[in-house]
Amino acid sequence: MAELLKVEGLETHFQTREGVIHAVNGVSFNLKEGETLGIVGESGCGKSVSMMSMLRLIPSPPGKVVAGKALFEGNDLLTINDEQIRNIRGAKISVVFQDPMTSFNPVLTIGDQVAEPYRVHHKAGKKEALDRAVKYLELVGIPNARERLSDYPHQFSGGMRQRAMIAMGLICEPQILIADEPTTALDVTIQAQIIELVKRLRDELGMAIIWITHDLGIIAGLADRVNVMYGGYIIETAPVKDIYKNPQHPYTIGLLGSLPRMDETGYRRLTSIDGLPPILLEKPATCPFELRCRYAKERCRKENPGLMQVEGDGHFTACWVNPKTGKEY
Amino acid sequence: MTEKQVLLKVENLYKHFPIKKGIVFSKQTGAVHAVDGISFNIYNGETLGLVGESGCGKSTTGRTILQLYRPTSGSVVFEGDDLTKLKGENLRRKRRDLQMIFQDPYASLNPRMTVGQIIGEPMEIHGTYKGAAQTKRVQDLLQLVGLNGAFANRYPHEFSGGQRQRIGVARALALEPKLIVCDEPISALDVSIQAQVVNLLEDLQSTLGLTYLFIAHDLSMVRHISDRIAVMYLGIIVELADRNELYANPRHPYTQALLSAVPYPDPFVEEKRKRIILEGDVPSPVNPPIGCRFRTRCQYAKGICAEEKPAFREISKDHFVACHFDIFSQ
Repeated sequence: MAELLKVEGLETHFQTREGVIHAVNGVSFNLKEGETLGIVGESGCGKSVSMMSMLRLIPSPPGKVVAGKALFEGNDLLTINDEQIRNIRGAKISVVFQDPMTSFNPVLTIGDQVAEPYRVHHKAGKKEALDRAVKYLELVGIPNARERLSDYPHQFSGGMRQRAMIAMGLICEPQILIADEPTTALDVTIQAQIIELVKRLRDELGMAIIWITHDLGIIAGLADRVNVMYGGYIIETAPVKDIYKNPQHPYTIGLLGSLPRMDETGYRRLTSIDGLPPILLEKPATCPFELRCRYAKERCRKENPGLMQVEGDGHFTACWVNPKTGKEY
Repeated sequence: MTEKQVLLKVENLYKHFPIKKGIVFSKQTGAVHAVDGISFNIYNGETLGLVGESGCGKSTTGRTILQLYRPTSGSVVFEGDDLTKLKGENLRRKRRDLQMIFQDPYASLNPRMTVGQIIGEPMEIHGTYKGAAQTKRVQDLLQLVGLNGAFANRYPHEFSGGQRQRIGVARALALEPKLIVCDEPISALDVSIQAQVVNLLEDLQSTLGLTYLFIAHDLSMVRHISDRIAVMYLGIIVELADRNELYANPRHPYTQALLSAVPYPDPFVEEKRKRIILEGDVPSPVNPPIGCRFRTRCQYAKGICAEEKPAFREISKDHFVACHFDIFSQ
């Protein structure tokens, strides 16, 4: 399939009182048409920041994208002018944010807010846009959508608000939908509703999805490909089945081991990853995970490994050590 | 095996929060039926998991047991004493045995107190350790939860979420309690840190012989830590069973749906799974449905479900369920 988005060497810094935080340190990935890409990592690993950098949604100051390219339809999203990026955001690439409680404006009706991207991008009249909002609210499963257009966000429950957010993201039929932890604030039953909904819409509308999450469980049944991030780097990337069956980076192995599984019989002590994620006051010269890693060797304290291909097609990992043998490659 | 000893017995516990109208002459116009008649036992040394969606009353249950909320009716018998009848000094003394770990490690520690003061406060109030002995005890507790004893002079903002939760655990342990109510202690933490805190709670249980009531909405973590599990829906317990029994053989349609909604971290399993998707949202606890509470979202609901409240019956040994039918027996 054709490549839709190509991100290369993205780097983002934040100016703080303590110094410059190196939040994203050279992120590169491709997204194909209709592909679902999962991005996994702990809070502060740079997963949201890298996506927001790409769309130029980083507040500046303090944030600054210092290097990299994000090629979409032949243009670099990072260098095109403000009007061009505005024409892409919300129309061709749209974002569903994490918290459905705070991402709606409480003093505007749901109908106006869901219809807004369509009015802006298609210069549509109010009535036409609202009709379209009804269509998409129905698509995401809001009952009596037309009557509910004049409701305010507080009249919707959390799950309904998140579905309305998705309707807003879809109203211009984007080629890429970026979902930034859209189910983290929701109950498991509502989460299951949203995931099934997104799967169905993906198959019907044929869009590509970037799903950001800290929970490896959610994307197992959703993603085609997974990027695991740590310390502002992608430290492992592979097709979804490879990453769960054959994780190569010690951090990915640790993340999978720290999840209890419901199909386990008997008792297994969870493997926790000791220590804390690094505070990136400088770009790491060593492996960013070295301090918490069980397999760390001399070389890990000296050189930062880049992504290297390991067994399996399209499976890359940034680690000097083969965790199976405990020896360097 | 020795006979299991009941540590805490909850019987017909109700907690309704009044809804009031009017400013000068306020009158009650309704009530939120947060906990609506639940009964269960907690045995000595076990972990009872309490799961359910937000707003189902699981946290209210935990707080009502500790008498942080006074129940509307019902009894909570702890080692022979009915806590709901105790007042003042007698209740305060009993609280030594019952402690709580809160959900949000950012909100549950006073930012103006040092860690030493936070952990020392319960000892101060109950007069168990004073002066140098207290300082020593604080250091011991910090080490017990895996923190450096020298951290006692620091303030909460200097710690990460996982470390703060450890401080919360140390505070709960300060009075050597028998029962700890853990109210979603890990849901605010990152996945890798969750495992650290869960391992700590397990270690403490085996060394100190603690009993836990573990409240959570993450079913896979609850399965990991609990011996028995109670499933709550809209103020009542719909199913209660041994953890392996509950996950292998769920009998209530709600438990089934809840279990099927949990994502597995395994694409091979996910490929083959069929989900039961619950339609709609949880009804309002102000006007819960008459009859069976779950009938508005239940795919098996029949006429009787709207008329009669299902009894909480023992369907097989130690497996209780509140459903008119026996839908899932093989």
